[in-house]
Amino acid sequence: MSVVCEGVNVGTNGSPFNKTNQRTVVDRSPWAFFVIGICLWLLSIQSTGQAAQRPGDHTIPQVATIDQEIWQGWQDYKLTPSAVAKDSEWCRRVYLDLIGRIPTIDELTIFEKDRPADRKLNLVNTLLHNDKYTEEYARNWTTIWTNVLIGRNGGNENRSLTNRQGMQKYLRDSFARNKSYDQMVVELISAEGVNTPGMKNFNGAVNFLANKLTENATLATAQTTEIFLGMQVQCTQCHNHPFNEWKQAKFWEMNAFFRQTVALRRFESGSRDIQFVELANQDFAGEGSQAQEAELYYELRNGLLKVAYPVFVDGTAIGPSGYLRDVNRRLELAQLVVSSPYMPQAIVNRMWAHFLGYGFTKPVNDMGPHNTASHPELLAYLGKEFRSNSFDLKQLIQWIVLSKPYSLSSQMKRNNFRDDPELGEQPKFSHFYLRQMRAEELYESLLVATQAHKIQRSYQEQEETKNRWLRQFIIAFGTDEGDETTTFNGTIPQALMLFNGDLMQRATSADEGGFLNTIATSKLTNAQKIQYLYRAGLARRPSGREIGAANQLLAARLGNTTAALQDVWWAILNSNEFILNH
Amino acid sequence: MALPALTFGTSVRAHAADLKRRNKSAIMLWMGGGPSTIDIWDLKPGAATGGSFTPISTSGDVQICEHLPMMAQQMHHMAVIRSMSTREADHQRGRYYMHTGYVPDRNVQHPSYGSVVAHELAGTQTELEIPPFVTVGGGSVGPGFLGMAWAPFTVSSDGQVRNLDHDIDSDRLLQRMAALNLIESSFNRQNRGSAGKEHEKILQKTLTLMTSEQLNAFQVRQEPQAVQDSYGTGGFGRGCLLARRLVEAGVPFVEVDMGGWDNHANIFPTLETKLPEMDQAMGALVVDLEQRGLLEDTAIIWMGEFGRTPRINGNTGRDHWARSWSVVVGGGGVKGGIAIGETNLDGTRVETEPYTSQDLMASVCQALGISLQTVFTSNNGRPMKIANGGKVIKELFS
Repeated sequence: MSVVCEGVNVGTNGSPFNKTNQRTVVDRSPWAFFVIGICLWLLSIQSTGQAAQRPGDHTIPQVATIDQEIWQGWQDYKLTPSAVAKDSEWCRRVYLDLIGRIPTIDELTIFEKDRPADRKLNLVNTLLHNDKYTEEYARNWTTIWTNVLIGRNGGNENRSLTNRQGMQKYLRDSFARNKSYDQMVVELISAEGVNTPGMKNFNGAVNFLANKLTENATLATAQTTEIFLGMQVQCTQCHNHPFNEWKQAKFWEMNAFFRQTVALRRFESGSRDIQFVELANQDFAGEGSQAQEAELYYELRNGLLKVAYPVFVDGTAIGPSGYLRDVNRRLELAQLVVSSPYMPQAIVNRMWAHFLGYGFTKPVNDMGPHNTASHPELLAYLGKEFRSNSFDLKQLIQWIVLSKPYSLSSQMKRNNFRDDPELGEQPKFSHFYLRQMRAEELYESLLVATQAHKIQRSYQEQEETKNRWLRQFIIAFGTDEGDETTTFNGTIPQALMLFNGDLMQRATSADEGGFLNTIATSKLTNAQKIQYLYRAGLARRPSGREIGAANQLLAARLGNTTAALQDVWWAILNSNEFILNH
Repeated sequence: MALPALTFGTSVRAHAADLKRRNKSAIMLWMGGGPSTIDIWDLKPGAATGGSFTPISTSGDVQICEHLPMMAQQMHHMAVIRSMSTREADHQRGRYYMHTGYVPDRNVQHPSYGSVVAHELAGTQTELEIPPFVTVGGGSVGPGFLGMAWAPFTVSSDGQVRNLDHDIDSDRLLQRMAALNLIESSFNRQNRGSAGKEHEKILQKTLTLMTSEQLNAFQVRQEPQAVQDSYGTGGFGRGCLLARRLVEAGVPFVEVDMGGWDNHANIFPTLETKLPEMDQAMGALVVDLEQRGLLEDTAIIWMGEFGRTPRINGNTGRDHWARSWSVVVGGGGVKGGIAIGETNLDGTRVETEPYTSQDLMASVCQALGISLQTVFTSNNGRPMKIANGGKVIKELFS
């Protein structure tokens, strides 16, 4: 057992023990407290030698390997990692990253009451495997993957070929059933069928490609390669890439896989409104003379025409025939993607970035020899493990979330201050990197924190309301590729929304029977009411000064508790500590 | 690193008094998607690549597209740079490069035009309470290593700033802010990185904005109807009018977005509807600025991420092309009525000295009185010359 594992053991057990003491000591004398403390301390020293035996720590070999490899990086760069984050901080993190919202007070309390040695593993297992959380887990990953596959705005445009609901329905079903990732990749790349839910032959997976086939499927080529293989190729459409090994020929050879595919529009009778789109395969006659050898042409910068047939990025060629009876080109591509080593590494990199704030490469979708990974061995190892564990996303999540780097505090120390990827350094993961909640996370968090989610509405209605709210932040760039950006990025428009927006007005409403009014009129003492809000928003208790400030607000509101709670809640929700995942 | 930064600080202070009097600003008209400059500013009649439009004469010594009759009367104020030659023909990369003067770099986020200009000229606009870099209807590129405080403030073309109204009185707002600042500052004392500190700065700017009377500048509907009509009723026209109001209020940099130039198919019918809208808005802006005596101190830059292929493709469209294309500059004291540089007969090659994004940016800085000796220090400690060390395009200032 290496030094790093011992470090983990001491760290994860240190603060839980303190909490155990606080809970059990209530009716005991200070002397008893001292004795228990000593015993626990001795226990913890003894246990460091058997770290691997302890449940929730290192019974999982993949977690141990992550810890070992990351620790090696700290050694190499002479970094001292930050302390382990408080358990409540970690809990807030896990809820945000796994199911897309902060924990409720009840959930936080249950976690804190659980046995310190087991609580982390238990929470991860609950969020991943308990039926109670299936819907929220699926919703969170559907949101993330919808944005990856069709963008924040995909399907919202007029006369779009993409059906956003259809895309989300496919993803929701897949994540709820924990479909293996390789199966999802095959389905998304090779999908045929109708894009709109409720229609005959509906297959939501077609929405990934439905809008990317115009202009000879260049967008389908670029995005399939980028999302599933982690390679950026869009520049090589027109010329050899100056910085990486990609050549123009490779782009068009990959492009050839999409040439049997068409998106057929079906219109509402008597109008130009698209009723639905059907993604279908058909024989590709080629741009030359015969479908037997269906080729396509592309133009070099000097004007010369070159010919291309379907060849995968690793050089594997499939037959040149364009006839479907000979070959289904997209299905061949999907299988080549899944069996390549790039695919598991690309998803590992993406998931790592989701949980740790930075991937092993920056950006995550530009991998290759030109862009060395920060931890290449670990990336390769996790890719292999992911494949040999049936491409199970929940497994991968568990390994990452239970690892040491994910457990660390975001508070830096003198000896890891320079581990800052914002300064252009490769990440060493010696502390947790702050990041802002996504707009969707804020939305769901406010809903849950103010218990507005208990108002029963259909799933579809809830999603439509959220989608309308989210649209205010989207800015399209006016290109054919539908690229876009968001104003929910820590700038003034976001701050204004949080100061005054309708979502915030609802969250801080003083309405009778509402969240704040219910707390205000409860039997809790004023101090408890303030504490309640701090735990609901920040997963911690208020400091003495913060209680003082709350009391001042109470005085300023002339004893109107609901009004004072409105002010406190407004301050909490507008703080950096709330909006930043830390 | 300290020395260059100090030099730059001194240079700004030395010019401050001068700049204050001059009150310089810039308006960028951003043509998202990559406009077909071979059909707009540098026509090739008779060439196989020439397309279907005819050139017309203008008030300057330059011919432009027949669908720009309003601009044709204003070209004595404008210079067409016909020898732009760049390398980035992907939207994202081109947008970044043309906005920053740098090609995308994994390790450094460079600040865009607006952030640089706002940062440099903010000292001359100490009374300004609204953000110094406003984008109208578009996304621009971020502030990079200058920090979120210099991020573009995005509004829709009708000047609507969302979520400004607050239903509590200002005393209560300030009391809330006091409670908020307590959480904010204690979090920021815990060494968790820059995101929390940037957040704190944005809170203060937001509070200032919310309570500012200068917000009136965004009320574009308060303009007399005749003025509104002169700019046209489309989003771009309204955006240009808003830009003029903001410049008048002292905003150093406004970017107005007009998208939809990514014309891979059926380019000519598309341009026949787009160009008149652009022409009216841009023409009205030049006229309006001149009538108000603002043109001499307001640089106008018209550009997109690249041009489009001289060759017309199988869908009667043009694809991405960065090797030979045009941008337009005017106002701010630059020389108008001229075409700078030349392309060959079919527009596929620049025949004269090629100019880059850096050169254009350096020239705009020159027009705004910003010292080209300015050096920033990026977040990884590298010195970054303003405009990436581009050379001023001499013809603009001769």
